Amino acid sequence: MSSATDSLILARRNLIRMKRIPEVVLFGLIQPIMFVVLFTYVFGGSIQVGGSVSQQTYREFLMAGIFAQTVTFATAGAGAGIADDMHKGLVDRFRSLPMARGAVLTGRTLADLVQTALTTVVLALVALLIGWRTHTNIGSVLAGFALLLLLGYAFSWIGALIGLSVRTPEAATSGGLIWLFPLTFISNAFVDSNKLPTVFRHIAEWNPFSTTVQAARELFGNLPPGFKTPDAWPMQHPVIASVLWSALILVFFRTLAVRKYRKAAG
Amino acid sequence: MPGAIYAEGLVKTFGKVRALDGVDLDVPEGTVLGLLGPNGAGKTTAVRVLTTLLQPDRGTAVVAGVDVLKHPDEVRRSIGLSGQFAAVDEYLTGRENLTMVGRLYQMSGRAAKARATELLERFHLTDAGDRPAKTYSGGMRRRLDLAAALVVSPPVMFMDEPTTGLDPRNRQQLWEVIEELVAGGTTLLLTTQYLEEADRLAHDICVVDHGRVIARGTSDELKARTGGERVEVVVHAAEHIGTTDEVLRGFGKGASKIERHTRKITVPVSGGAKLLAEIIRELDVRGVEIDDIGLRRPTLDDVFISLTGHAAEAAEGNGEDGDGEGGAGEGGGPAAGDAPAGRRSAAGKEQTS
Repeated sequence: MSSATDSLILARRNLIRMKRIPEVVLFGLIQPIMFVVLFTYVFGGSIQVGGSVSQQTYREFLMAGIFAQTVTFATAGAGAGIADDMHKGLVDRFRSLPMARGAVLTGRTLADLVQTALTTVVLALVALLIGWRTHTNIGSVLAGFALLLLLGYAFSWIGALIGLSVRTPEAATSGGLIWLFPLTFISNAFVDSNKLPTVFRHIAEWNPFSTTVQAARELFGNLPPGFKTPDAWPMQHPVIASVLWSALILVFFRTLAVRKYRKAAG
Repeated sequence: MPGAIYAEGLVKTFGKVRALDGVDLDVPEGTVLGLLGPNGAGKTTAVRVLTTLLQPDRGTAVVAGVDVLKHPDEVRRSIGLSGQFAAVDEYLTGRENLTMVGRLYQMSGRAAKARATELLERFHLTDAGDRPAKTYSGGMRRRLDLAAALVVSPPVMFMDEPTTGLDPRNRQQLWEVIEELVAGGTTLLLTTQYLEEADRLAHDICVVDHGRVIARGTSDELKARTGGERVEVVVHAAEHIGTTDEVLRGFGKGASKIERHTRKITVPVSGGAKLLAEIIRELDVRGVEIDDIGLRRPTLDDVFISLTGHAAEAAEGNGEDGDGEGGAGEGGGPAAGDAPAGRRSAAGKEQTS
């Protein structure tokens, strides 16, 4: 039980920090809102999804992608936070205490999950304001958000590993972001993956990120009319595939990160 | 019976650099060992191994009666670590920092809060206790860091350069706190590059250089090894230099040294303060007027130079913070010493030749 307690103590610590550095939370909010506005009003008219070029269809199609992008971009925050703790000698202090080994990382990722959830709620409200609608029941919609947050939580462990591997918080921030661009753009997040060149189409269809986007779209009832679901297995079974992908990423990167933490040299 | 801190044959290499090259340590319970050496000597690496933060390549270590390599978690219950950098969360208040550490030692919420209040008071931080630590001065942060290391009153403490970068007033304050702690029975291993600090706080001193202990003993023993004490006399008038030199040579145990422009005569002696009184009487009888007379003991600076061929602050190597990252040693990293880079490398050459 001490592991859970220690994790919660450290999650609380990170939440206090977020409260005292509100600008970080604020920027975390502005970015996805900017994406929503840019994609809807700049690209919205010229991107065809399914058989439709309607602004409203694209707006609804887009939101699952933006949500997924938002939860995964939070990984950079986890990385920077942990790199900062290493840099300032705090990790040494924690490692000299008789506490659970993974608690520093779990505490940080849990705090990030809380922040991501808050960001997602605000983003959803903004989306509703500009015309995003769901077409299923509340249970499905909540399940969709749960899958998105699970993906975000799994990804924050990748951030944690990056944070432990670099020397400075600055490197963790940029290192935590670079790989997210190809990952989120070679996907079905912003465009209909059926229209991508063959190689990219295969990548996009197996991309864990696309899987969760597809699952959320389905659960929100945001698939465009006439949309042809790709034949790839994860696209055909997006909900179960999304859970599997996230669980796999979570276990794999958590194991690596905790191992790295044990040997971490501050 | 081994002491509260015991280590044998510790070896740790980072790439080509042997940060620890067979270090033995033995600190009896309730005493203070000063690990004295320049940056890059291996002091921090030794502390990191003893506090379970780093696995040595070879050797054994026992802290508070527990094997560090076999039962690190048990060791962590008995030790407090205060590092070179004040390891506190700067966005948390002093009170929140201490409460968090208490909770991580498995104290109940209430006990941790009570202990935090107690420690804030003891370290004169009560007024600042509810402000984020980033508003603290350097000295206050160090005190908070030390308080965090003392949350469970550990029987064994490690302090890695506790006063590096502090101004004289804060250093003095911290020394007093450390002395109080030791008076309470805590065993302490202290690393420092300040000779004055080791002199004042440590019962025993290990001088380390290039990952090896090159000398050990009490401060007095180390000084005696460097050449013992000498009497220094400054006469008022230059014409008395000859007479004084004659008197001093009578009492001394070796060749005297005369500095004419300062009218200072020095001679090695043995016999301490009693001899000093006799010399003063004899000079008075001969009608020599003196401006100053004193018994000079060698400083630990003298000790260091005689042992290593270079002054402590002018040693080569980068800051010890590079230690843990592999490939540390020469070059790179912020030079924490007082000496400019050129002098440092010159000292290194001297030593190897």
